[in-house]
Amino acid sequence: MTEKLVIIGNGMAPGRMLEHLLEKAPGRYQVTIFNAEPRVNYDRIMLSPVLSGEKAYEEIIIHGDGWYIKHGITLYKGHKIVAIDRQAKTVTSDHGVTEPYDKLVIATGSVPFIIPVPGHDLPGVLTYRDLDDVRAMMLAAQSRAKAVVIGGGLLGLEAAAGLNAQGMDVTVLHVMPTLMERQLDPAAGYLLQRAVEQRGIKVITKANTQAITGNGKVERVELADGTVIPATLVVMAVGIRPNAVLAKEAGIAVNRGIVVDAGMRSNDPDIYAIGECAEVNGQVYGLVAPLYEMARVAASHLAGNEAAAFVHMDTPTKLKVTGIELFSLGDFAEGDDRQEIVLRDAAAGVYKRLVLKDDRIIGTVLYGETADGAWFNDLKKKQTDISEMRDTLIFGQSYQGGAPLDPMAAVAALPDDAEICGCNGVCKGKITGAITAKGLTSLDDVRAHTKASASCGSCTGLVEKLMVLTIGDKYNPAAVQPMCSCTALGHDEVRRLIKAKGLKTIPAVMQELEWKTSCGCAKCRPALNYYLVCDWPDEYADDYQSRFINERVHANIQKDGTYSVVPRMWGGVTNAAELRAIADVVDKFEIPMVKVTGGQRIDMLGIRKEDLPAVWADLGQAGFVSGHAYAKGLRTVKTCVGSDWCRFGTQDSTGLGIRIEKFMWGSWTPAKVKMAVSGCPRNCAEATCKDVGVICVDSGYEIHFAGAAGLDIKGTEVLGLVKTEDEALEHIVALTQMYREQGRYLERIYKWAKRVGIAEIKRQIMDDGEKRKAYFARFVFSQKFAQVDPWSERASGKDKHEFRPMASVGFAQAAE
Amino acid sequence: MNWVSIGTLSDIPRRGARCVAAPEGKIAVFRTADDQVFAIDDHCPHKGGPLSQGIVHGTAVTCPLHNWVISLETGKALGADEGVVRTIPVRIDGERLFIALEALASRAA
Repeated sequence: MTEKLVIIGNGMAPGRMLEHLLEKAPGRYQVTIFNAEPRVNYDRIMLSPVLSGEKAYEEIIIHGDGWYIKHGITLYKGHKIVAIDRQAKTVTSDHGVTEPYDKLVIATGSVPFIIPVPGHDLPGVLTYRDLDDVRAMMLAAQSRAKAVVIGGGLLGLEAAAGLNAQGMDVTVLHVMPTLMERQLDPAAGYLLQRAVEQRGIKVITKANTQAITGNGKVERVELADGTVIPATLVVMAVGIRPNAVLAKEAGIAVNRGIVVDAGMRSNDPDIYAIGECAEVNGQVYGLVAPLYEMARVAASHLAGNEAAAFVHMDTPTKLKVTGIELFSLGDFAEGDDRQEIVLRDAAAGVYKRLVLKDDRIIGTVLYGETADGAWFNDLKKKQTDISEMRDTLIFGQSYQGGAPLDPMAAVAALPDDAEICGCNGVCKGKITGAITAKGLTSLDDVRAHTKASASCGSCTGLVEKLMVLTIGDKYNPAAVQPMCSCTALGHDEVRRLIKAKGLKTIPAVMQELEWKTSCGCAKCRPALNYYLVCDWPDEYADDYQSRFINERVHANIQKDGTYSVVPRMWGGVTNAAELRAIADVVDKFEIPMVKVTGGQRIDMLGIRKEDLPAVWADLGQAGFVSGHAYAKGLRTVKTCVGSDWCRFGTQDSTGLGIRIEKFMWGSWTPAKVKMAVSGCPRNCAEATCKDVGVICVDSGYEIHFAGAAGLDIKGTEVLGLVKTEDEALEHIVALTQMYREQGRYLERIYKWAKRVGIAEIKRQIMDDGEKRKAYFARFVFSQKFAQVDPWSERASGKDKHEFRPMASVGFAQAAE
Repeated sequence: MNWVSIGTLSDIPRRGARCVAAPEGKIAVFRTADDQVFAIDDHCPHKGGPLSQGIVHGTAVTCPLHNWVISLETGKALGADEGVVRTIPVRIDGERLFIALEALASRAA
């Protein structure tokens, strides 16, 4: 019979424990998890990059919903356990779910420490612990107002850098004389403070917070020395303490944390504790490496191996603030029995300090240049006698024995048991072994198989070097296809950074994202122009010089340099007056060819560029506007005659098509968008091979999307059925906006849908009403600036220069 | 050399081009992001595409028909493509722009 394993908490430690357990004893337990947070397991270390906008939440998920389903694990999201009944062996959640257990693992983590000053409970005082805190901070940052971060440790500084990146005016208050005093000595603390201040963050040390005041919400922070700092947001990041309340109430032995033995077992033999809530050998831990070690030990015990034991380890600390290199390890207090080696390079902003005892490294602080961290860590761990290389030790591994090594050679020289990934305790040999044995060629593969660089990511460079050393050219570091040769970044990266960094011009994007060319190329400029138009509809000034000629002159260039012109015929419906106007234009400008298009409208081909404004003026007189037949934007909405005429028609398909077209014309999209509305499932408008299509049925409107009938042929996917025309419009518009925001330039809807997943699109558009309405609202806002007929603008003289030669030369001479 | 006035720098948008009509065909006059001016035949060596309609980047233009990239300085196709288009000397005098007419005539003759 399978035993019941219940886990309280769904952070990184229990997530890792389950991975080990599923590997060691698959099928032994029926697993149930209660997570007080309403979500899956994500990488909490990466919250700082989420706050600064460098990563999205979706990118830091460790186990998605599918993982729990695949392994038959029941996950209660948003369920906080309120009681453990050790006699009955059950746990009960705040929503009233009671679950029996044979084995229980408590992984309730820690709670942020709140300084009990007056005003600590005012609205606007936050902690920095989980995704909800990050979201609240990002929301507060939108006001671009002032923030105070209390606490100049690792967490406080990462919070401050994140809020600063979000555009807030940030002050850090730290009670000690130097920043991060537990990990850094005063010299490095000073360098760090200078670097933080250079980013525009104010730092006040020896700051004793006396009160947070304000009328119903945070307005200022008052210090003991009388200083008053205005603020609308206060983040408390002064430390954490183990969250052991639940265990204590259940009568389990608790000291600072839940007391466990080296096998992670509490004084109740069926109850284990792992993670930040656990206390082993009198120590509690907060960095991920020892927590993962606890997870491994607990999994071994649960799988029946009673021998596994947790051993204390020192873990290096790294600050995850982009642009600040900092590494700290071990003990670096001064003492009579200790010696130190220090290297300072003020100009380069480098500071290195090694603390030695009996010719062995016991502590390391590196600032500004941390490449040798792994090596020093290795020497410390192995207690290597360094007396032989003492003179050159501080210069790093490259200087040991002969000529300086290049970085690649330095990695090659590391012994097989040198630790590469501190978070996951992965050594060099394990990585190179996995690469060879499993034929791994991408970073993602290595992360999946070995976990190296899968947590905080700071060892990614080392792992990549190992891949190059092991498989050479077969390793393609650009698993992400760059946009073009002007950048190493892919489309998604660029789109995200445009939003995150608030970049609003093409030069700003190129400057901030370190473009390799001075003004881009014909591939990246139109893409950037689209992304900026889409993301900042009201602020961005469209750069016509970065658009292809067709979109610049609002007509389609032909092989002989002439143009073709297609006016809009709403829903493919026209009348005598319109046809007469077209006939007149054709005669007047001697247009050589008139053709009916596949999108139910009329194309006039062979128009000379100089004639375009006059052609448009005449067409405009008859009420025509541009059909955007040249645009990466909404093209046509094909219709059939529907219930007005057809004996089979179930709804007014023509009317709906016209309504959609009138609502959506003028919008720019990553690639062209063609739509159709058919009045019945006989589908005369061929809606099931369009980017977006509607099939009307008696009960309403079946919305389709992601079809293709060009280079690829593909039938549509069904988004869902809605009852009314209004709903149909809202869903179609929301879907298009989602595509506008996520699609890569020139990527049609069907390719985008394949990439992000049909199910995800359905979930956001069909099931999540709030999200759908938000997409809809953003589209409507954008249309305010987009629905301007480009033809009438040009017929009235805009961009005259585009249509006329600047001069005529040589004709007189030729006549002589 | 017979320099013929064709207009002013501000007639051409930055990272853009204008055409000058001449007896033997159009001449494309380009202005780069840093205000250098180049003149070449408005005729891609590949299939005759109007280069003046392309996207200007650095000192090159990408042809609007099939994306050949042509150097404005040398008239040569860049990258793997091979071909060359005639370049015409340009003089900038303050704001005013001139092209060398002999160059045209000699070729036309």
